[in-house]
Amino acid sequence: MRPAELIMAVVMAFFSLYLMWKSAELPIGWIPQEGPGGGAFPFWLAAGMLASCGVVIARWFMRASDASRSEEPYMDGPSFRMFLLSAGSLTVMIGLIHIIGVYGAVPLFLIFYMRYMGRHSWITTGAVAGITPVVTFLFFDIALNITLPKGLSVIEEQIFYPLYDILL
Amino acid sequence: MEILNLLLDGFAIAFEPLNLVVIVLGCAVGLFVGAMPGLGSVNGVAIMLPMTFLVPPTSAIIFLAALYYGAMYGGAISSIMLGIPGASTAVATVFDGRPLAMKGMADKALVAAATASFVGGTISVVLFTLFAPPLAEVALRFGSPEIFALMIMAFATFIGLGGDDIAKTIFSICIGLVMSAVGLDIISGQPRLIFLDLPGFFHGINFLVLAIGIYGIGEILWTLETTKGEVTMSKATVSFRRVIVALKDLRHNVKTMVMGSFLGYFVGILPAAGATPGSLMAYGMAKMIAKEPETYGKGNIDGVVAPEAANNAASTGAMLPMLTLGIPGSPTTAILLGGMVIWGLEPGPLLFVEHKDFVWGLIASLYAANVFALLINLAFIPLFLWVLKMPFTILAPIIFVLCVVGGYAPTQSLHDVWLMLIFGVVGYLMRKLDYPMAPAVLAIVLGPLAEPAMRQSLIISNGSFAIFFTRTIDGVPVSGMIMGIAIALFLLPVVKTLRRKSRPAS
Amino acid sequence: MNILGRTALLGLGAGLMLGLGAAAVSHDAAAQGWEPKKPVEFIIMAGIGGGADKMARLMQTIIAKNKLSSKPFTPINKPGGSGAESLVYLKEKTGDNHVIMVTLNSFYTTPLRQPDLGIDIMTFTPIGRMAEDTFLLWVHADSTIMNVNDFVKAVKAKGSDWVMAGTGKGQEDQLLTSFLNSGYGLDMKYVPYKGGGRVAKELAGKNADSTVNNPSEQLGFWEAGKTRPLAAFTAQRLEVFKDVPTFRELGKDYVYYMQRSVVGAPGMSKEAEAFYRGVFARVYATDEWQAYMAKKSLLGGFLTGAALKRYWTGERAVHETILRDIGEIK
Repeated sequence: MRPAELIMAVVMAFFSLYLMWKSAELPIGWIPQEGPGGGAFPFWLAAGMLASCGVVIARWFMRASDASRSEEPYMDGPSFRMFLLSAGSLTVMIGLIHIIGVYGAVPLFLIFYMRYMGRHSWITTGAVAGITPVVTFLFFDIALNITLPKGLSVIEEQIFYPLYDILL
Repeated sequence: MEILNLLLDGFAIAFEPLNLVVIVLGCAVGLFVGAMPGLGSVNGVAIMLPMTFLVPPTSAIIFLAALYYGAMYGGAISSIMLGIPGASTAVATVFDGRPLAMKGMADKALVAAATASFVGGTISVVLFTLFAPPLAEVALRFGSPEIFALMIMAFATFIGLGGDDIAKTIFSICIGLVMSAVGLDIISGQPRLIFLDLPGFFHGINFLVLAIGIYGIGEILWTLETTKGEVTMSKATVSFRRVIVALKDLRHNVKTMVMGSFLGYFVGILPAAGATPGSLMAYGMAKMIAKEPETYGKGNIDGVVAPEAANNAASTGAMLPMLTLGIPGSPTTAILLGGMVIWGLEPGPLLFVEHKDFVWGLIASLYAANVFALLINLAFIPLFLWVLKMPFTILAPIIFVLCVVGGYAPTQSLHDVWLMLIFGVVGYLMRKLDYPMAPAVLAIVLGPLAEPAMRQSLIISNGSFAIFFTRTIDGVPVSGMIMGIAIALFLLPVVKTLRRKSRPAS
Repeated sequence: MNILGRTALLGLGAGLMLGLGAAAVSHDAAAQGWEPKKPVEFIIMAGIGGGADKMARLMQTIIAKNKLSSKPFTPINKPGGSGAESLVYLKEKTGDNHVIMVTLNSFYTTPLRQPDLGIDIMTFTPIGRMAEDTFLLWVHADSTIMNVNDFVKAVKAKGSDWVMAGTGKGQEDQLLTSFLNSGYGLDMKYVPYKGGGRVAKELAGKNADSTVNNPSEQLGFWEAGKTRPLAAFTAQRLEVFKDVPTFRELGKDYVYYMQRSVVGAPGMSKEAEAFYRGVFARVYATDEWQAYMAKKSLLGGFLTGAALKRYWTGERAVHETILRDIGEIK
């Protein structure tokens, strides 16, 4: 925990500085007769973030906060693996949405997760991976009229145009 | 009693067969839409708007109003069961609803949420019936200084929401407020904080993106780690008897329900505020007046009851300025307003005079919608609990999918889905180090209301902060009074701490 | 599938959806020529619940009701950056036949104020101008101001403490305020709010001294006797406000309208363009649209194609001049 506490505070301090710099694109000072400029609100709040990070770092040196005293690892091996697999597969799924669309990426993600992480039978996996996109499509694309991303246009033309003709 | 007669006429309209059908249908549709993460009443009402031409205008608006109500009930369902706020109005319900579900008390939480929604809805409809015109006048006179004072009060009620580490709590509030500033600065008309020049930041950071990221993705990652992925989420069972017991137990929460209802209603009628700040304030207030505030956030029924009573009360409250002033108190009422305009009903002070049957039919339908939403909700509880019994390795990926789809739906932009993922992962990593997340969520809701209100006030006052204390409405310093309460609320924890410290000494 | 079917679907829940899925497909839209192959993205350049949004949803409703299209139009709000977000989005969709957008005057002002966006509005496909919204000068009915002369006197007495409420900086309301300030030698303070509805409310609640709202925004308060129009920024008197003079009559040539137009993505095919023109020409001709225009004091005939582009050229030049005058662009 202890190294992680410091690293997080330092990273966030740099992020605060970035926010302050970015806010300063608009006037951050006091405009007479008008009050604070457009950048003042985020600028001073980012400064507040920076100050908070400063306090967290100071408390780290004084070992004053729980996390800075804790000798437990931030993440143990199995937790780290679990985190990496979940967050990683999620990232890959969202990335794949750009290419093969929600209705391609979601079943792949479900199959990976349930089969590889959950060790469910192929029947359960297949049922969930098959039903979820169908229900999602009927609920969002057809009933609610919210078009979810279909990926490359060739997929939409080949697979979804006929479906639209039947269902819409 | 003229009002009573009008209301009776209204009930006659509400109980016409067609209108009864649309009420039930509206409640059911709303329940589903509201329970879907990312989709709230605003989406449901917007999507269903074109159907208003299929039925007479009164029935159409009744349908949309019932949908609005149903969605308010539905929002609590995913908050409790999945820990993801189904709609922005249900975010405070997560704070205690989720721990209750984890403890196997999901049925209790669901019953409490439904009942509190019912009470909140009923109280507010009564208030609506009795005091609509004078309250509308009050809402009209509320200007930017008053709204800013109110936002300060909202922050004050949340002072106790953070963790024990004050620096990390302040960090969380600040980062939420900075994120809320992304997009367009309406006062100067210039784009602000457009990171990496991505056009997706032009519309700002949607509150739901942060909430779904933190409470959806972050929460699942957290659960996966703490349980090594081997859990079913909740062992709750449901039976008729358990529901009755849960209902009986709720008598201890009546006070909170009533408090939440009144607070929610009065915040809801203020233009520009709406149900989300109302429910958040009710939660903060309930915690503040509680005898054991430390039980909040760990599964206190009052923590579910307060925001749920408030958000339903506020959603009725938000109808008041819409009907009487033509000013929507929330995005959802803005769409309802659009619907009325399509049908040639001009909202405004004259609506109550010229379209009596419409107004009172709508009010009576709100009563009816309340009853039906409660019944439908209770009837579905076994189904919801069945979902919770699924193995976590099935439930977790489905929730991830819901998060992705729910993050996409409100703005239909994949940019927001990526942002949600980043918030989820970073939020999770920070939470492990005791950074509290609720203050950031609160801040991103209140920031866009507070900042323009402050700057508008300062432009009016030529840059003098005195306006927040000296401005009067018909001789009453409303803004100053709210500020006074806010300052008192800020000082309350300090006083409490001092007293606690002085007691063992003496 | 029709809307009723859609509603029933939702009500019955996801499980029963399949059974109803094959419900009747019926449309008697223009059977010949190009037709959309998928739901049409109907981008709205403003936020949910605002004036442009309400109008877009009315158009969507009319299209669905009269079955003018075989595939639904799905409204998507992209209000970011005074419309910058939607303009950039449309540009990215160059060549797409299924993306159209409802625009207002930020269509001219946003590319002028943010040249970095690289938007050339003349590349967009002109589909149809549906209406021109009008503006009036409003004060609270409790004030003793009855006409523009009183107004000028009152404002001069209060100097820069006179509060004019309006929408965001650099948008229509501020342009009109700057007309008044420079034309009458005034020094009104401009306070920006989010959306015209909120602006109207600030006047009715006496939190502002005057506004330049659209009729649709002030109509409710005006009918209730809470606000009073002083003069119109139109060429002729408005039907609904017969007693209200125009600024032109008062010797100031302030004529300013807000366009309500529909544009398509750049590079749309000729066939698709023709289809959308047909749809919106028919929307314009419906009784619902005409009634709405009359009620909300909207002016302007249906413009399309080259005529619409000429209109844009003229309006863009007007806005460029105004923005330069008030110092929003160099």
